Amino acid sequence: MNSHVSVSGGTGAIITDARQDDDVVRLENVKRHFGETPALDGVSLTVRKGEILGIIGRSGAGKSTLIRCLNGLERPESGSIFVEGRQITGLDERELQPFRRRIGMIFQHFNLLSAKTVEENVALPLKIEGRPKAERLNRARELLELVGLSDKAKAYPSSLSGGQKQRVGIARALAARPALLLSDEATSALDPETTRSILALLKDINQKLGLTILLITHEMEVVRSIGDRVAVIDAGKIVEEGPVWSVFADPQTDITKSLLAGIRPQLPAHIVSLLSSEPTGEAVLGVDLAGAAAQGTLLADLPGPFRLVHGGVDHVQNQAVARLYLAVPAIAVAQFVSFLEARSARVEVLGYVTSHV
Amino acid sequence: MSQVMYELLLQSLWETLVMTGASGLISLAAGLPLGLALVATDRGGIAPNPWVNSVLGAVINAFRSVPFIILLVALIPLTRLIVGTSIGTWAAIVPLSIGATPYYARIAEVSLREVDRGLIEAARAMGGNRWTIIREVLVPEALPGIVAGFTVTLVTLIGASAMAGAIGAGGLGDLAIRYGYQRFETSVMIAVVIVLIILVCGIQWVGDRLVKRLDHRI
Repeated sequence: MNSHVSVSGGTGAIITDARQDDDVVRLENVKRHFGETPALDGVSLTVRKGEILGIIGRSGAGKSTLIRCLNGLERPESGSIFVEGRQITGLDERELQPFRRRIGMIFQHFNLLSAKTVEENVALPLKIEGRPKAERLNRARELLELVGLSDKAKAYPSSLSGGQKQRVGIARALAARPALLLSDEATSALDPETTRSILALLKDINQKLGLTILLITHEMEVVRSIGDRVAVIDAGKIVEEGPVWSVFADPQTDITKSLLAGIRPQLPAHIVSLLSSEPTGEAVLGVDLAGAAAQGTLLADLPGPFRLVHGGVDHVQNQAVARLYLAVPAIAVAQFVSFLEARSARVEVLGYVTSHV
Repeated sequence: MSQVMYELLLQSLWETLVMTGASGLISLAAGLPLGLALVATDRGGIAPNPWVNSVLGAVINAFRSVPFIILLVALIPLTRLIVGTSIGTWAAIVPLSIGATPYYARIAEVSLREVDRGLIEAARAMGGNRWTIIREVLVPEALPGIVAGFTVTLVTLIGASAMAGAIGAGGLGDLAIRYGYQRFETSVMIAVVIVLIILVCGIQWVGDRLVKRLDHRI
C-alpha cells in the first residue's frame, strides 16, 4: 500500500532529486512535537502532480500541523520537506516567502479581508508578488469568472454567503498560479449543498487547470466525492494510504473503518443486538466487493437461498464498491464463504440469528 | 455678552482647535506605530520580542500614570527646548502630545489585537512579509477601531487642553476659568460650555460617520 512512499527516507541531504519530477511536495520522516505529545510522528508522504490527495483524520490527529508544515508556517523538528524538488526545511522566514507563493491555501473560515473588495482580495497575492495593478485586476476578473462571481467583483466579503466567500477564497488561492492548492477543512463550515458545489468547483479546477490539490478533512464524504488518493492520519502517523476506491473497498485499520462508518452501510443496531456466536438458524455475512466483482451477477449465482439483510453498491472514482449483509442458512456457511471468496469478495461471518430478522 | 467677550470666545475656540488638532495628529502619528509595536512584539505576534514588548509597555504605563497637570509642569524644560518657550498655545502642544500618545497607543493596540489571527495567517501563507501584513491586513482591518479611538482621543484632548491654561496656553477652558469662574461672568461660562458641547458632538459625529463608512465587517 505504501509502495509509492519514497524508500530513500534517510537521504535528507539531497536537494534535488531527478527521479521525483512528478512530485509537487514530498515529506520524509517529518516529526513535530507540542510539548510531550507528538503532532507529527515520522510522516512520509508524496503529493503527485495533478492529483487530488485527501488527508483524513480525527481532530487532533495532526492534520493541521501537517498542512502548516507544507507551507512553512510550522517548522518540523526533524525530517525533510521538498516543494517542487527543493528542500524548504532549514530556510528562514524570508527565504520561505517565495515558496509559499507556489502554494495556494483555502481555509475553513475563508479568511477574506473584510476591508477589501472581492477583487482586491483575489488580487492580493499578486500585490504581494509586486505585480502591476492592471495585471492584478485582469487576473482577478479572470479568476472571478472561473469561480462564477464576476458580478461580485466590487462587493465586500461581508455581503456574500458562505459558499460565495469560499469561491472568493479559491480564486484568491489561484491568483499567483500556484503549483499546489492546500485546502484546510474548506467545506467544514458549509451546508451540504454548498459543500457539493465547492467540491465540484475544486474537481473542475483540478481537471481544467491540472492543479494539484491537497485536501485536509475529517469528512470521508469529501474525499469520496473528489479524491484520487487518500492518506489516513492518526496520532501523527500515516496509517493507511492508497487510491480512494481501494481504501473504501478494503479499509485496513480500525481508524479508517470508523471514519468510513458514516458513509458505508452498517449492519443496523437492532440486528447486531440479536447476533450470537451459536451456529444455529441463519448466519449473517458481511460481504465487501470492489470493481468488476461488485457489478457481476454474484447474487444470482449464490449456491442456495439467502436473504439480503442490508447494504448497497456505491461508486467511488468510477469504481463500484459494494458492501452487502447476507443472511444464509447456518449449515451452508462454508459453502457460501468459499463461493464468495472465489469471486474475490471479502467475507466476514458476523454471527448467527435464530429467526428471521 | 459684549463684543469683546465674543471676540475672546472666538479666539479661545481657535486656540483650543489648534492645541487639540496639532497634538491629536502628533499622537496619531506616534501612537499608531507604538500600538503596532506592542502587538507585533507580543508573544505570538508577527515579530515576537518579549524584552522590547515589556520595556515598551512599562514606558507607556509610566507616562499614562502621571496626571496631566504634573506632566504639563514637568515637561517645561523639554517644551522650552522644542518650541523655544514654555508659555502659550504652541508650548501646550508638547505636553498634550506626550500625554495623548501613550493613551492613543493603548487604544490602537486594542483594535489591532482584535484582528482575526486567521487573516494574518492567510497573508503569511500567501508569502507576505511583516510589512505586507501591517499594510494589507493589520491596519486596514483595524481601521474602524483606529478611527473610533482617534475620535475618543480628540475629545479627551479637548478636556486636557483646558488645563493648559495653567501655562498660559489660552483656549476655551482657560477662558471659562478666568472670566466665567474668577470674574463671576456666568454668561461666559455658559457660552463656553455650549461651544464645547457643540465641538465634542461635532467631532463625535464626524468620527462615527467615518467609522461607518470604513467598516465592512458586517
